[in-house]
Amino acid sequence: MTRETRDRSTTDRGRIRIEGFDEAVAADRDDDAVDRWADGRTNDAETPSRGRFEDAWRRFRSNRTAVLGLAIIAALSVVAIFARPIAFSTAEYTITIQPFSLAPYDPAEMYVGPPNAGPSAAHPFGTDWAGRDLFSRVLVGGRFSLSIGVVAVALALVVGIPLGAIAGYFGGWIDELVMRVVDILYAFPFLVLAIAVVAVVGRGYWNIVAALALTGWIGYARLLRGEILSVKEREYVTAARVLGTPDRTIIARHVVPNAVAPVVVQATLNVGTVVLTAAALGFLGLGLEPSTAEWGSMLANSRDSIAAGHWHRTAFPGLAIFLFVMAINLVGDGINDALDPQGETAERRRR
Amino acid sequence: MALLEVEDLVVQFYTEDGVVRAVDGISYEIERGEHLALVGESGAGKTVTSLALLGLIEDPGEIVGGEIRFRGRNILECSDSELRSLRGNEIAMVFQDPETALNPVYSVGEQIAEAIRAHRDVTDEQARRRTVELLERVGVSDAEHRYADYPHEFSGGQQQRIVIAMALSCEPDLLICDEPTTALDVTVEAQILELLEELVEEFETAIQFVSHDLGVVAERCDRVLVVYAGQVVERASVDDLYYDPKHPYTVGLMASIPRLGADRDRLPTIPGAAPDLIDPPTGCRFHPRCPYAESCCATREPSLVDAETGTTATPLEAAPTAHLAACHEYTGALEDGLDYDVVVSGEDEGRGESE
Amino acid sequence: MTLATYVRKRVLVSIPVLLGVTALTFSLLHLTPGDPVDAVLGFQEVDPDVRESLKAEYNLDRPVWEQYLFWLRDALVLEFGRSPITGRDVGATIADRLPYTLVLGGAAWLCSLLIGIPAGVVAAVKRGEPADEVSRIAALAGIATPNFWLGLVLLFVFSVRLGWFRVIPPDAPLLSPATLRFLILPTITLGTASAALVARLLRSSMLRELNASYVRTARAKGLPERTVICKHVLRNSLIAVVTVAGLQLTLLVDGAVVVEQVFSWPGMGRLLVGAIGQRDLPTVQATVLVVAVSVVLANLLVDIAYAVLDPRIRDER
Repeated sequence: MTRETRDRSTTDRGRIRIEGFDEAVAADRDDDAVDRWADGRTNDAETPSRGRFEDAWRRFRSNRTAVLGLAIIAALSVVAIFARPIAFSTAEYTITIQPFSLAPYDPAEMYVGPPNAGPSAAHPFGTDWAGRDLFSRVLVGGRFSLSIGVVAVALALVVGIPLGAIAGYFGGWIDELVMRVVDILYAFPFLVLAIAVVAVVGRGYWNIVAALALTGWIGYARLLRGEILSVKEREYVTAARVLGTPDRTIIARHVVPNAVAPVVVQATLNVGTVVLTAAALGFLGLGLEPSTAEWGSMLANSRDSIAAGHWHRTAFPGLAIFLFVMAINLVGDGINDALDPQGETAERRRR
Repeated sequence: MALLEVEDLVVQFYTEDGVVRAVDGISYEIERGEHLALVGESGAGKTVTSLALLGLIEDPGEIVGGEIRFRGRNILECSDSELRSLRGNEIAMVFQDPETALNPVYSVGEQIAEAIRAHRDVTDEQARRRTVELLERVGVSDAEHRYADYPHEFSGGQQQRIVIAMALSCEPDLLICDEPTTALDVTVEAQILELLEELVEEFETAIQFVSHDLGVVAERCDRVLVVYAGQVVERASVDDLYYDPKHPYTVGLMASIPRLGADRDRLPTIPGAAPDLIDPPTGCRFHPRCPYAESCCATREPSLVDAETGTTATPLEAAPTAHLAACHEYTGALEDGLDYDVVVSGEDEGRGESE
Repeated sequence: MTLATYVRKRVLVSIPVLLGVTALTFSLLHLTPGDPVDAVLGFQEVDPDVRESLKAEYNLDRPVWEQYLFWLRDALVLEFGRSPITGRDVGATIADRLPYTLVLGGAAWLCSLLIGIPAGVVAAVKRGEPADEVSRIAALAGIATPNFWLGLVLLFVFSVRLGWFRVIPPDAPLLSPATLRFLILPTITLGTASAALVARLLRSSMLRELNASYVRTARAKGLPERTVICKHVLRNSLIAVVTVAGLQLTLLVDGAVVVEQVFSWPGMGRLLVGAIGQRDLPTVQATVLVVAVSVVLANLLVDIAYAVLDPRIRDER
């Protein structure tokens, strides 16, 4: 090939200009073929372009383990609700909300069978030291464990989302203040902080929930703040600001809705962690009252029962916890894969 | 025998929405020391073709047909270790975005020296010395000291110089430049292109220059391959292409190059968007966007023909200088013909086509 | 910025956090319902005169902020007073217990890296293949298993039934063969969740890094695949693992609290739980403080390690 051609610069060539092409485009010759094809094209375009969430849902559904996890969660929730009748009673009358009873025995009733009996047909999971039916206790126990998980996470979100939003949106000293508090609380391991809170406020359902919410909000605040810092730079927020929209409206209408999705995903996953921590508190004897049919509390003192060979008292409540947390993790994994098929999103742990 | 011969290359990607034929039967050759440009819109298959030359098509992509012969040897039949000794050594590549092309956690010197050590039997010290020479050669000042610096400590233009040094470290016979200046400022772009030109002249390297910018290509290439929707639509020497474009798509590309002082109100554009490669248009793939399309365009697929004679010609068999285009116009199938002029101002000489 | 400047800056940032942590720990005493003196006394009935003299001894008759400064001054020299329950010096008790937790935690941490890193690399490189699926399910199960329950199951199977290990720690020095042998089950129990965390994190960060352009550059250079993975991809992916080392540490501390209970391991966790059971607040305070300060210092080290691994970090902010 010719070296010389390459060495000729464009100026030698003169200025090349095309005439006629755009005129032809403008005239848009009345060509049947083009029109027909274009029509076909329009019809194609009408089949809706699948949205991000529809796409994600389709991928989620095709993930067998994730669907299995969802089914387990649903099943455990149904079992927890229908394990024993739910009724509100006042002095005069009783309202039965849910009359079904899947559990064969009252979980709190003692000596429905011999104490510390192994699994049998009458007591599939055996009985505990007071002769209470473990099968019934495990079924009913879901009520405590699951509701503690959901309520504590919800409360943590109620605290964490506003604080994270305010810190991220306004920045400055508010941000400094909130983030320093977050840094300080982060120095205390989750369980240690929960133990410390229980040490101060004592045991009980709402105290446990409060302890778990108090330790949980920091994660959401931090995550949301990071998301908001990136959303805030986007044009629609600048546009709203230039138009004089009040900050409160901008945060509520434009910023939070666009930044909150990862926080919600994270919160869903955290239900598992919270259930584990609540169970650990129960195991340490720092959870609900020791006789409560809560999965963790049922494991308190199980070290002694293990040494005595009563394995069933440990095995079944533990399996219930495992099953639930595993199901949450499977679902969480499915959600992550569905939203982020290439694994592109960076772990947002960097400070 | 040409240095590189690509014959009927077909590359597919398997996506959730269907099979994408990113490259659909592309053929071309590059002679020793020749500068060939691949031009087209993004998504036309230029980058995929380049990666195929290095055997770097990864899941979910696959080369499903064709041959790539480098010095007569089919790359697609090479073993992994043969491929490795080819990459970086005989065929090297300069990537689009130098910032992401460099590994952030290793010093730039190490990243160049590593390539030398992989292909040459050298001591660490020799590799280091050669690296410093290369860095100096591509215009990194104080190369001895900057050897240990990390990529983020360099500007975009400097980073691209480093990538170029890396690509030329083993004096390859073929250098693939994939939009090497797209990510850079316009002022830096000219310097980088100049450097590239100097270096390939010095090393007598053949270049496959991938770009969407006809202006950049015009000054530094011998021949141009215009690619549309995974296929070659026109092939010509750079002069033929500019003074006498044959394919309506090429014409559209040239018409949409902005020019200072042009006495036009608005810049003409090619209407529509690049086609969906899962379900490409029937007939000529460009016809939905082509202002000259007639009914036969939607039904019959045009083949590459010699634009002068109208005889079918595959790029490998036709003379390298022949002007090929894939448009029904050149087999006489169009009734109204193509209606545009190439005006060269200064000479005021219109070279109208087939009115 | 040089590494040294970065380290200096990072240390300065930790100081307010440390102050906050000590203030919060200090306030545990005052947040507890009732008179702080009762807490110091371990809620025993005492003579009002003794009460007043104790109040003076513990500076409880002064303003809160002064009390905090006194407490902080004492804490700096590891002077935490006496336990109202055992009468022992709290600092000395902690000095006895801390090595046990450090050994257990260190062993579990090593175990988690030795299992987690190879598992994560294999899962990422063999993405979508059976090896990946197995490793994924195993990791999810590892995270979902309550560690106290895993400990109980291991204890039942290997100690109670098979008799391979003792049920309670031997009466021997910490680093004696008998004690180290006993440590095997607690280490596995504590390391499992951590290993699962490392494996999952490494897998996802490797998958992300494998898509990065510099990997293509490395392959285009003609480097062997092994070098591409182990040199270019792994180093970048490990950065993500280092960033969660702080999180991993808190996970290990939480785990140790529970696992020490299961295996009667005389570490800090058992001390803390026991102290809470006995309402021994000075011990609770001191234990929590040591844990929290260690976490802050560990996070400092993590950030420095991060800056060593990733040169870009040093130049941020």
